[in-house]
Amino acid sequence: MEHDRNLSIDPADQLRLVDALARGASRRDVLRLMLSMGILASSAGGILSHATKAHAQAPRKGGRIRAATTSSSTADTLDPAKGANATDYTRHNMLYSGLTQLDATLAPQPALAEEIRNDKATTWTFKLRKDVKFHDGSPLTPADVVYSLNRHKDAATASKVKTVAEQFAEVQASGPNEVQVKLAGPNADLPVILAASHFLIVKDGAKDFGAGANGTGPFKLKEFKPGVRSVMVRNDGYWKPGRPYLDEVELIGIQDEPARINALLSGDVHMVLAVDPRSTGRVKSTPGYAVLETKSGLYTDLVMRQDAAPTSNPDFVLAMKYLIDREQAKNAVFRGFAVVANDQPIPPSHRYYFAGLPQRPYDLDKAKFHLQKAGVSGSVPVFATAAANGSIDMAVLMQQSAQKIGLTLNVNRVPADGYWSNHWMKHPLGFGNINPRTSADQLFTQFFKSDAPWNESGWKNEQFDQLVLAARAESDEAKRKKLYGDMQVLIHEKCGIGIPVFISFLDGHSTKVKGLGSIPVGGFMGYMFAEHVWLDG
Amino acid sequence: MADKALAGRLIAQRIGLGAVTLLIVSAVIFTITNLLPGDAAQEALGQSATPETVAALRAQYGLDKPGPVRYASWLGGLATGNLGQSFTASMPVADLVAVRLPKSLLLAAVTAAVSVPIALAIGILSAMWRGGALDRALNLITLSMVAVPEFLVATLAVLAFAVKLRWFPALSNAVDIKDAGQFFRTYAMPVLTLCFVVIAQMARMTRAAVIDQLGASYVEMAVLKGAKPARVALRHALPNAIGPIANAVALSLSYLLGGVVIVETIFNYPGLASLMVDAVTNRDMPVVQACAMVFCFAYLLLVLVADLVAILSNPRLRHR
Repeated sequence: MEHDRNLSIDPADQLRLVDALARGASRRDVLRLMLSMGILASSAGGILSHATKAHAQAPRKGGRIRAATTSSSTADTLDPAKGANATDYTRHNMLYSGLTQLDATLAPQPALAEEIRNDKATTWTFKLRKDVKFHDGSPLTPADVVYSLNRHKDAATASKVKTVAEQFAEVQASGPNEVQVKLAGPNADLPVILAASHFLIVKDGAKDFGAGANGTGPFKLKEFKPGVRSVMVRNDGYWKPGRPYLDEVELIGIQDEPARINALLSGDVHMVLAVDPRSTGRVKSTPGYAVLETKSGLYTDLVMRQDAAPTSNPDFVLAMKYLIDREQAKNAVFRGFAVVANDQPIPPSHRYYFAGLPQRPYDLDKAKFHLQKAGVSGSVPVFATAAANGSIDMAVLMQQSAQKIGLTLNVNRVPADGYWSNHWMKHPLGFGNINPRTSADQLFTQFFKSDAPWNESGWKNEQFDQLVLAARAESDEAKRKKLYGDMQVLIHEKCGIGIPVFISFLDGHSTKVKGLGSIPVGGFMGYMFAEHVWLDG
Repeated sequence: MADKALAGRLIAQRIGLGAVTLLIVSAVIFTITNLLPGDAAQEALGQSATPETVAALRAQYGLDKPGPVRYASWLGGLATGNLGQSFTASMPVADLVAVRLPKSLLLAAVTAAVSVPIALAIGILSAMWRGGALDRALNLITLSMVAVPEFLVATLAVLAFAVKLRWFPALSNAVDIKDAGQFFRTYAMPVLTLCFVVIAQMARMTRAAVIDQLGASYVEMAVLKGAKPARVALRHALPNAIGPIANAVALSLSYLLGGVVIVETIFNYPGLASLMVDAVTNRDMPVVQACAMVFCFAYLLLVLVADLVAILSNPRLRHR
């Protein structure tokens, strides 16, 4: 077993685990148990595959799966740099491979790079796997990797991760099978960042993604009709031996949620993304179908601009945070498929989650106290939209609570169309919706640092900025965790962001689809299901 | 010969007017889509837009030029048969439309083939026996068909025939159709839903037109001469009612081409209407313009055909 060298748990813990497994604990129970023991995330998979091998069903080769995501339009793309939604990410992960890949705990695992070394988290060397071939038969070379990483810096590529790629000071081949990335500053999270679908490796010089896709991924492109469907067939030369299991995958987008559920339950598709919490009962009660919950770092947050009245008043911010009934948001808005949050953007499942903060309660007295201290009365407008999942319902809940302490919140529902360019971050009080970021550094840099492009509340805190830089350069895991903890405390106490709950991803699937799990980047196993699942005969 | 000259003049006149209409429609659509908040570059980059990437993408799309210049260059392209390049799909608009248009035409054709005969039969039958039990029953049915919104019909049909009975698929992707059986399974539910909407309208217009003629004095004359009711209705009244009927059919058919976005959404049918809605969402102006032109052209064509049918079927106009 290649994982054996990672096994680093003491004998007593091992005993507890084996015991739990003997008692018939589920995979998830064991994972929880292991997390409580503080076992290194990367070793979890190893132990589990040891322990559950006897019970596991052998994967079956062959079969065709049809999977439906939430959208498909003429904006569909084969260019990983432009990937904009779940449909794109899923398609790209089938066609291309990255240097690294995330596992169920969001820890980076080697993929096209079989070995990763770093010097002070600034100079990174990636030793490439040998014998990797593109779909056109050409071998993977350092030039392909250099091109794939550098193209994001060119504005003409219109890459979604241009701001992230700007830290690549220099990318160059440092040997026949090696690529060296020099960063502008230290960043210990680089292997996590490079696992994003935008950084998947394309062929050197690839510019025209209109017609074809030449990658090293588990599937080859058979048909691509934007807005209609994409069909992928197995790549027999895939670099992971034995994978993938499926012969063919058809990916379509069904925007209408009821239509998506109907397509699943009528047997037209095997898997659907984004089941509405209200539909889970219907899916579960139909024999042969199940719902997969992936607890994630996705959140819809209340944005209180620090450069506008009345939200710049720290007491008003606190009043709003006490006004959020998080339990009710979890149960009424998301039917329980959510985890109560504490105004800290890192979810409890994340390795850098800081558990030491007391939960901020729903407390009308405290809210009233801070509101009066802020001297705000009368009515305040709040902007909500269907584009920010659950924001309209949460705004209405807050409106009812506010009424009890003599504050009128006017809920303005604005259209989802154009919300991000016209409303988001433009009103004193509004809602945002932040997709999970795999790297804590990325989350803090993009959304909380003073100069962050999407600093939602316009929050400026020098101490926080210094902590971001310090944590980025810190490769000692324990020290890093401590720094991230301090940052979460600052956000919890001072930032103009209220995070009521972390929203779970819900997938619906036929029980014939085996091998499914959770990779909390998103639904569909973090959009990587295609190489993991197989179809039961 | 008179009818040929009349038809020729009418066609020439209509083509001229049609070209002007298309020009006006394109200008209006261009102006309106420009008024929408955000542009293609902002929509494409979404939450991750930075001023730099937006500017780069705008330059790539040619959105950095002023509106009138863009409109003029689009018009110039259209004149030479070039519909331009889609912003979001990075492929020629003509290719996108070429995939979707045949699908829309096919759905419209199948629906028309099913609905027109049924609608005419219902209309003529209820006109012949107007006020009778049959007429009242058909009235009730068609009125309730008009009253039920199509998304409800479609959703109920999916629940009953796809999810519960599993007779038909819930989706009509219209790809991989190999034989007649598959064709039937794919088209059954969308066509059923659309028939619900259009049959009722056409049937009611037909009934009104035929009843109008049945009250005319030449029909009374025919009845007095001893002609049978069926002969009176079909041979005497119907030819004179064809004008309004053709107009009703033309209106329904133009709806089938461009107005079926709800049915396309529910059944995931890749037609032209949903392409246009997508394009509006993405602010993909060349595609929006092309779709608008196709719909407008189809509408003008159908109305022209209806008018020609009316003229050619009307003995008074024909033999003048």
